[in-house]
Amino acid sequence: MSEKVTNKTVFFNPFSKNNPVIVQVLGICSVLAVTAKLEPAIVMGLSVIAVLAFSNVIISLIRSTIPTSIRIIVQLVVVAGLVIIVSELLKAYAYEVSVQLSVFIGLIITNCILMGRLEAFAMANRPWPSFLDGVGNGIGYTIILIIVGFFRELLGSGTLLGYQVVPQSFYEAGYVNNGLMILPPMALIVVACIIWVHRSLHKELQEP
Amino acid sequence: MKPIRAFLDKVRPNFEPGGRMSALGSVYEGFESFLYTPRTTSAPTLATHIHDAIDSKRAMIIVVLALMPCFFFGMYNTGYQHWLAAGQSTFPFWSLMFYGLLAILPKVVVTYLVGLGIEFAVAQVKKEEIQEGFLVTGILIPMICPVETPLWMLAVATAFAVIFAKEVFGGTGYNIVNVALVARAFLFFAYPAQMSGDDVFVATGTMFGFGPEVADGFTCATPLGQVAASSGQPAELTGIGGHLITMWDAFIGLIPGSFGETSTLCCMIGAAILLMSGIGSWRIMLSVLVGALFMGWIANEFASPLYPASYLKPGEQLLYGGLAFAGVFMATDPVTACRTKLGKLIYGFLIGVIAVIIRTYNNGYPEGAMLAVLLMNVFASLIDWMVVRSNINRRRARLISKTQKV
Repeated sequence: MSEKVTNKTVFFNPFSKNNPVIVQVLGICSVLAVTAKLEPAIVMGLSVIAVLAFSNVIISLIRSTIPTSIRIIVQLVVVAGLVIIVSELLKAYAYEVSVQLSVFIGLIITNCILMGRLEAFAMANRPWPSFLDGVGNGIGYTIILIIVGFFRELLGSGTLLGYQVVPQSFYEAGYVNNGLMILPPMALIVVACIIWVHRSLHKELQEP
Repeated sequence: MKPIRAFLDKVRPNFEPGGRMSALGSVYEGFESFLYTPRTTSAPTLATHIHDAIDSKRAMIIVVLALMPCFFFGMYNTGYQHWLAAGQSTFPFWSLMFYGLLAILPKVVVTYLVGLGIEFAVAQVKKEEIQEGFLVTGILIPMICPVETPLWMLAVATAFAVIFAKEVFGGTGYNIVNVALVARAFLFFAYPAQMSGDDVFVATGTMFGFGPEVADGFTCATPLGQVAASSGQPAELTGIGGHLITMWDAFIGLIPGSFGETSTLCCMIGAAILLMSGIGSWRIMLSVLVGALFMGWIANEFASPLYPASYLKPGEQLLYGGLAFAGVFMATDPVTACRTKLGKLIYGFLIGVIAVIIRTYNNGYPEGAMLAVLLMNVFASLIDWMVVRSNINRRRARLISKTQKV
């Protein structure tokens, strides 16, 4: 982090220029796993935003009391606690989606974005910027999730959020849903396309 | 030919840098070198030691020529299967050929339009010459697809393969996996209902009103499809109308299957052309054959009712499906195959083995040749690396032992 970091850049940088998924290439596994449909992708994104924001705040609050040698364990405990809360909330209020997401809510704990933000930001910053950083990175992650989920559900199932979008007349004319879009490899290719477009727009991100 | 040459020379200034149509320079260049020997060949005066009349365009054209027996036979077989399906008893040769031509021509046109369109566009954007790699790919794609594949699917698959398997890696000569097979694999995984099953391998409609009518709901599985569906017993393979498929039928290629790959005989003719012109590698072809026979023999020795395809004799493994075609035309693709001599042998052998393993032990995929070649494409450079390393290590060991003796 550079010397003069305003809250605004902390919040907005992860949206595009320092996006956790397409610039830092973190958290790819969950992007592959939960984006076959748009709805679980959105729920997953919201869950990550919540866990990331609160774990950032909690770690930031206790950062001066954590012994350096066991800081990873402390971070894991905090994240695990939050993940369990989110998971139970989903089971209580959005059971269908939580079934679709299955283990991937639990696996938020292994998401590299979380540990990355805790180590790189929350351990060295005050609670309010840490909160903004958590929300910002969560949103950056969610944006990618939604874009990938949008294309995969539209092309793979012909629906969006479960509603039929591709008209019936298309199917009668011979259009067929693309089964490959449902399979995880296609998520990688969609993410690659997003990175392609993004790097073309932001030349400074291109590696020589 | 003179007028064409004169015309090309006349319009050339327009396409050179600064000319009115300089943006289309690579299109001009592409057409000119398609028709005539390129201006910049390795001429004796320029390069003393490197001397070759063949540029990659000529090599590609020979591959296309080698594909022609399969292509023409595919036309005949498409018509033949259709006539059988319609319950006809006479098979007029020219009608059959014409029907097959009508069936395949739109697919070839669509594939070339899409593929070359993308190649031309990329060449213009990158300000490079048009690369000729699509010449072969464009004819391969329709040949390895079922004859009933909808045109728009071919277009989508071709675009996907050309962009994601070739152009993003840097264009012709830089692709890691075989472009035509990527198109086929894309179709296979994206539209499984249109790519496998019982009613896609035989053309059932009339072509633009040509050909006899076929009853609705007609289905016929490929031999390998029938094998995979048979439970336990050695399958009785039947063609359309219930007659038994003999080994001879399978060798000649009068069986249902993807357009160009049914005939083992035509694949052998193509192999002969490739070998005589020195473009295909005999090491790869031979080792694919040996690998398939070897694994087919093992599978047959341990035949089990769980895996119906294991009842096929090793020879039958070669005759049915696309293994012969893949071994001759796909595995030998010089860009994606191994470069070292020993590497080629290992690479081909593993393709043969894996193709039969997939075919036999995964009843979901009756045909394994496509996946086997794609898989080995990925490992080709690793095999080469290991061959080179082992060579270096062996020679180093020899050197060390020699110097220590002295």
